[in-house]
Amino acid sequence: MLTLFIIFWPLVAAILLFLFRPANSRIFAFAASLLELIASLAIVYLFDASSIDTFSISVPWIQKLGISFSVGMDGISLLLVLLTTVLTPFIIFSSFGNGQPKSHTFYGLILLMQMALVGVFMARDGFLFYVFWEMALIPIYFICLMWGGENRGRVTFKFFVYTLAGSLFMLIGLLYLYFQTGGDHSFDINQLYLAGQSLTVSEQSYIFWAFFLAFAIKMPVFPFHTWQPDTYVTAPFQGTMLLSAIMLKMGIYGLIRWLLPMVPMGVEQWGSTAIILSVIGIVYASCIALVQKDIKRLIAYSSIAHVGLISAGVFTLTKIGIQGAVIQMISHGVVVFGLFYIVELILDRTKTHAISEISGVRLNAPIFASVFLIILLGSIALPFTSGFVGEFLLINSLIQYSIVIGIIAALTTILGAVYMLRAFQQTMLGEVNQNSKLFLDLTTQEKIVLYPITLLVLVIGIYPTPLLALSEPAVNQILMIVSDYMASVK
Amino acid sequence: MNALYIICGLGIASLVAEIINFKKWFVAVAGVGVAVAAVIAATDWNSSTHYFSEMVIIDNFSISFTILICAIGAIWFWMAHDYFHDETHVTDQSALILFALVGAIILTSFNNMSMLFLGIEILSISLYVLAGSRKDSIFSNEAAFKYFLMGSFATGFLLMGIALVYGATGTFELTKIAVYTSEHHAQLPGFFYAGVLLIMIGMSFKVSAVPFHFWAPDVYQGSPSAITAFMSTVVKVAAFAAFLRLFINVFSVVQSTWLFTLQAIAIFTLILSSVTAVFQSNIKRLLAYSSVGHAGYILLSLVTGSAESNGVIFYYLIGYSVASLLAFAVLIQLEVKDKETSIDDFKGLFKSNPLLAVAMTVALLSMAGIPPLPGFFGKYLALSLALSVGYVGFSIVAILTSLVGVYYYFKVIISMFQEGGDGKTLTLSSSIRLLLFVLLGLTIVVGIFPALFQVI
Repeated sequence: MLTLFIIFWPLVAAILLFLFRPANSRIFAFAASLLELIASLAIVYLFDASSIDTFSISVPWIQKLGISFSVGMDGISLLLVLLTTVLTPFIIFSSFGNGQPKSHTFYGLILLMQMALVGVFMARDGFLFYVFWEMALIPIYFICLMWGGENRGRVTFKFFVYTLAGSLFMLIGLLYLYFQTGGDHSFDINQLYLAGQSLTVSEQSYIFWAFFLAFAIKMPVFPFHTWQPDTYVTAPFQGTMLLSAIMLKMGIYGLIRWLLPMVPMGVEQWGSTAIILSVIGIVYASCIALVQKDIKRLIAYSSIAHVGLISAGVFTLTKIGIQGAVIQMISHGVVVFGLFYIVELILDRTKTHAISEISGVRLNAPIFASVFLIILLGSIALPFTSGFVGEFLLINSLIQYSIVIGIIAALTTILGAVYMLRAFQQTMLGEVNQNSKLFLDLTTQEKIVLYPITLLVLVIGIYPTPLLALSEPAVNQILMIVSDYMASVK
Repeated sequence: MNALYIICGLGIASLVAEIINFKKWFVAVAGVGVAVAAVIAATDWNSSTHYFSEMVIIDNFSISFTILICAIGAIWFWMAHDYFHDETHVTDQSALILFALVGAIILTSFNNMSMLFLGIEILSISLYVLAGSRKDSIFSNEAAFKYFLMGSFATGFLLMGIALVYGATGTFELTKIAVYTSEHHAQLPGFFYAGVLLIMIGMSFKVSAVPFHFWAPDVYQGSPSAITAFMSTVVKVAAFAAFLRLFINVFSVVQSTWLFTLQAIAIFTLILSSVTAVFQSNIKRLLAYSSVGHAGYILLSLVTGSAESNGVIFYYLIGYSVASLLAFAVLIQLEVKDKETSIDDFKGLFKSNPLLAVAMTVALLSMAGIPPLPGFFGKYLALSLALSVGYVGFSIVAILTSLVGVYYYFKVIISMFQEGGDGKTLTLSSSIRLLLFVLLGLTIVVGIFPALFQVI
């Protein structure tokens, strides 16, 4: 019951919004997302990491084709669902200011997006996964198209076609696997695992690329990232938050849940290529971030660097790598949400994104600067911030994989510190200038958004054990499938 | 069979209505009557019967297509209310539409080549007239003339093909032809194969497959939009029903003769339509090329020669028809008299008329194949069928063309959500509002529960 509620409540709420168009649609949407948050907390409370079937539901959907509405919950899914349900109310609440969209369409689309995201993280049927995966694209496309900035038609269209092309490759891969399943064919996740594992190495390699393309475009991993900076900059900040804080996790989640256990030989064959691409992406994006003059774009590129590290860690196929990836997904979601919100506040107050045109904000707005600093430290992975736990595990796993790659990947932290602190120093410290003269400190509403986020950054950094404990059995489970298969092959 | 009688009766009643001056309500009566016919057709389910010395066969195949055609017809009458409103010869037009429906139903249930010919002619002749029904518009006249010329040309091919097949087998009856060809497979004369190919060409004209599609854009553009909607739905469904019955049930024995040609036609249809559609700025031409592209997808599942293709094509046609009706329902509301509607005319539509914009968006998303709308499942089923018989190359071409499809459908969508336009809010009658909601609901139901509609 709770499972169905958590998937379909945002949909119901969105439909209610579209049909009844309440005068205060923001408040309605906020209330709806709070209810969803409560439901997800109830799941956390009832969740038993040792049993996998607590929240699973499986009913036939299109029986003839072996498609079922099959959803489930394990530690990894739960953490990502939680990330979605925690951040969505914040995203809606952060739009309560003047000059933000009031339209019921906007908030309805955000709720639709939430439904699709929760669905992606819970689907245990290949076809259902694909449907939710695509459904997540539609609302965000319209959010960016209708409320985006300059050139939004062209930019959002590029984003749409890119991701759609990726998903179509995944669809071909899924269909291919589907025809390899035994009996009457089925899209059930375990059947697909078996089907994928029964393939030869070269077939597994094709499937690997079909899926990896879809996931790599979504994350995005170098060289499939070209849609990302423009889209992040053009989208309204709520859209940017949805894209960067939650949606890109779909790609990483897809790697862990679908790709690794399905075609382990393909992963073994091409995993090093994926790691190298990811690491190139880390260095490349960090270098571009170093010379960025636009602060929103800077964070967009830093996001590519961070995601590159996560995806590299996943492909080491080690427990610490995947555990690090899971916790870093959560941390990155929280941090990037905070950063984009701060950027939005800066834009709102100074009307500019250019780093060089702002300085001395701290003198007028000390709380603002402090909050910015803490979240920023989370991004550059200082110990006792959320970023540290994940990056430590990820870099550790990469060093075990190969010392050279580990060292290059560790550059993210150093380069990240350089460009982030440089941006901070430029904008927050120094003399007050024209743009920061009237810079207001945080209002109550902004504090309500930013204080919990700051707190999360610190709490996850100081005491990550509950999160790690939650995901550990699930990670073990996936690695066991992989290692059992590898043992049987060799 | 009773459905056929009812619609025939309505058609004759429509002619009489002109005399007894019962014009005002006739369109509504006809719509309801056609809907009733759909229900009555459904009562025959699972009863396989023959009529008129086996010239007509009523089986589940024909019943399901008949229901689909009647349902589209009923919705069409609802949608086209305004079209009749402007007309002076209301009853003539409604009679022609009803007779076209009769022809379409015959095409779903023929068991004799002469019935095939009758069905095609009844359907086409009514439409030649309807295409030209805006007598003062030069485009409408052009459309009618082009449609007539090309249509008769195609009929010529078809007749020639029928004659050759008759010459080889000695019978017009489909079941007997099937039996004869499988028994005398080795001794069939060369002209039999020529006949099959000629029939295929004739049918390809009717479903507007490349390279026999040239009439479609001009005719779609020139005809009144309501008639275009009728052509792109009812005619397509009926023609594909006939296509399926001929080539899956009857000529499957001699598959090797026509399979390669039809494969080539399918591929060219997919590629050419999507490439050409990219360059269209007139919305009706765009929809014309898009409908050609959909024909390509349907042909793709037809050439698998698999028994399951009936069900797949049936579902595809439902999804396609619902989306087309939705798109045309919006288009008809937007049209300004005597003016072509281009993509730019959709600018700012979401601001000024959100319901119309949302309806059009859903229709286009469905045609573009975005889940969970019916267009996606249709394409998915077609692809999965193609892959199951090993058409990997085909499937990749189909997927690439549907990506191109995303490009041209999204041109319209982007335009609707852009700023601009005259910002004029159109007042929609409550009947049209309800129709749009019904069609939107149908689109979503057909998309989410495809299993319900895969009856054959």
